[in-house]
Amino acid sequence: MQHGKYRFIVGFLAVPLGLYALFVIWPFIQSIYYSFTDWTGLSPEFEMVGLANYERMLDDDIFWKSLQHSLLFALLLPVVTIGLALFFSFMINVGGRRRRGGPAITGVRGSSVYKIVYFFPQVLSIAIVALLFAFAYNPDSGAINSLLRGIGLGELQPLWLGDPDLALWCVMAVLVWSTTGFFVVLFSAGMASIPAELYEAALLDGADRVTTFFRVTLPLLWDTVQSGWVYMGILALGAESFAVVQIMTTGPGGPDYSTTVMVLYVYQKAFRDGQAAYATTIGVALLVVTLAFSAVVLRLGRRERLEY
Amino acid sequence: MGSTSAENHGTDGTAAVGRRDLIKRSAALGLISVPTMSFLSACASGGGGDDGEKAKAGKKTAKNPLAVNESAAMEFVLFDGGFGKEYAEDAVKIYEKNFPGAKVKFSATQKIQSTLQPRFNQGTPPDLIDNSGAEQMDMGTLVGKNQLADLTPLLDAPSYDDPAKKVRDTLRPGIVEMGQFDGEKVWILYYAYTVYGVWYSRKALAALDEEYPETWDQMLAVCAKAKKKGIAGWTYPGKYPYYIPFSLYPMIAKVGGAEVLDAIDNLEPNAWKHPAVKACFDAYYELYRKGYILRGTPGLDHIQSQTAWAQGKALFLPNGSWVENESANVIPDDFEVTVSAPSGLDSSDKLPFGTIWASGGEPFVVPAKANNGAGGMEQLRIMLSEASSRNFTSKVKSLTAYNGGTDGITLTPGLKAGVAALEKAGQNVVNPRLQDWYVQLQKEKIGVAGLGEMMAGRLTPAEAIKKIQNFADEAAKDDSIKHYKHQ
Repeated sequence: MQHGKYRFIVGFLAVPLGLYALFVIWPFIQSIYYSFTDWTGLSPEFEMVGLANYERMLDDDIFWKSLQHSLLFALLLPVVTIGLALFFSFMINVGGRRRRGGPAITGVRGSSVYKIVYFFPQVLSIAIVALLFAFAYNPDSGAINSLLRGIGLGELQPLWLGDPDLALWCVMAVLVWSTTGFFVVLFSAGMASIPAELYEAALLDGADRVTTFFRVTLPLLWDTVQSGWVYMGILALGAESFAVVQIMTTGPGGPDYSTTVMVLYVYQKAFRDGQAAYATTIGVALLVVTLAFSAVVLRLGRRERLEY
Repeated sequence: MGSTSAENHGTDGTAAVGRRDLIKRSAALGLISVPTMSFLSACASGGGGDDGEKAKAGKKTAKNPLAVNESAAMEFVLFDGGFGKEYAEDAVKIYEKNFPGAKVKFSATQKIQSTLQPRFNQGTPPDLIDNSGAEQMDMGTLVGKNQLADLTPLLDAPSYDDPAKKVRDTLRPGIVEMGQFDGEKVWILYYAYTVYGVWYSRKALAALDEEYPETWDQMLAVCAKAKKKGIAGWTYPGKYPYYIPFSLYPMIAKVGGAEVLDAIDNLEPNAWKHPAVKACFDAYYELYRKGYILRGTPGLDHIQSQTAWAQGKALFLPNGSWVENESANVIPDDFEVTVSAPSGLDSSDKLPFGTIWASGGEPFVVPAKANNGAGGMEQLRIMLSEASSRNFTSKVKSLTAYNGGTDGITLTPGLKAGVAALEKAGQNVVNPRLQDWYVQLQKEKIGVAGLGEMMAGRLTPAEAIKKIQNFADEAAKDDSIKHYKHQ
């Protein structure tokens, strides 16, 4: 039965691998190649320039700023989002008090409603979310400052997106708001498959919610958390951060470059300044950062596997 | 819940790659990479402008001075923005009538760059492009890489209405120069004509018993009076502070002479350190210091600031003549939209009151590799006729590059004010080129990081000038951008 096994496998894998190579690997190779040229993106003529683009990148203050902001996004956003999501999903699924006649392990009252409420932002496109918040942050007539005025804090009228000290945090808050729901659902699914006996045993031993969470839920959920972590980090480095910064902030990318992130800088160089080759160079840097991030998270997150 | 991460299975499974494997792999890589490189370069330069495909010239006649091939197809891609596409469709109809044998492919899009960039890379661009909007392709790069056709034949052709006059003689001042980068060749024809300046409601000023202030002391007095009534003096698009130059730059020219702006455009060392620049920065900073700027302005975008202005929350707004069309739905009927040239400092200014920034908008280009470039130029010649120009002005409330053509149509208040401002300015029309020569420098660096920060009170004028001068020096040294000089 063994003979022909490999031919069989190769036969099935050839097409998908070919497609993968053509549409995933090939563009990577291409963009790395272009980063050694002076291609403008607007004309078919270009020449090899060696490492000139990389030298320029190392001297570029805006690049370093955007790198800083991207790293902050990648480090901070997953912590906050996943932390919140873990808390919410624990309360929805496990954290409730026992009710008469109900199951021993249950969420807080109204948890099914909460689940929908948390997930709701996820159905909105990030572009719409960003636009909505851009209105809410409007210092003149936006919801947030109106609310502050309404509760008698009329003297406190921050400029939000117009203030270089606040803009980056405002943008991050929007990303947290819009992505937490996804992880609540993801972690809820994970928690639902943890056997109830484990919780009951913990309860019998007199464990409170905090202990239950750290001793039972989190360890058994670890793999999901880790994947979520990498996923969130890549989102924060890539598409999502681009959308919110591009749509919401001054300039865009300001005030005074306070929110410029790497993806936005790639876009600006390629599609505004006609410097496609330099843009691919920054893209290569972004690739390196993303790979390093995933490697670090997977490495640090490795721990003993629990069977149940 | 499964702990199914692949790494647990893979940690020792994928282990050591043998030396022989490594050699095999690197050999394979070498085999791939050789053809790869040639394929890659073919990819970016695919097609590569085959001149043989170009349409043959037609017969040159009085009615066809550009010798358009009467049966060649012509393709026209328009930016579908604030001016819509109707005006261009009307002009296309005339082209089709004049050349019944020609097939015209007309399309309008907001995505100029994403639609056309690949076609430039393949060497198969359309024959006429309105390269405008948020996705405008960088003109400096297009010119620098020889992607555009010289429009001199069009400018030297007889005008559509009067065979005795060349097209170039029917255009408003500055239009031809704006289409040049360095040297005599004209790469761009700006079809719309924009008046920049300080926009206000004549009615609101009348309610304060004031006229538009000609000096800065008067400006501050008007703002003080408005403040007492709870109205802010100024607002501007704080998220896009590169609107501030629309009134600030002509003020600098008025105070110190137009050569100050030329030096700035030429990226000359210490151009920003001219005393006129400092004086004007100080003047604007005074608006912030005295609290004459609408609260929250640094966080507003252009639409929000225009709305606040239309609602009467602020008197003055630096903007361009599109504001009347763009904010038409929030401007009250009795608002009396008016534009004025910027106030100066005092009577010692170099240029008279009335010095204003006006220049072309909606840049049209004919690609060098177009199949039917003559057809594209002919289409432009049709659009520059008096009838087409009048059609544009009456439809979209904006002037065109055609000098005149406003008689006999009812002008909106803002447009009327724009025409009057141009008349008052006479020869004193300035045209700073930073915004089309160095987009990033003008918008992001000078605009957002310099002026925006100063007007939000986070930089003093002296600090802003130092920062902006540094940006300008960096741009002057940067070889990755093409540099231009006033002729």
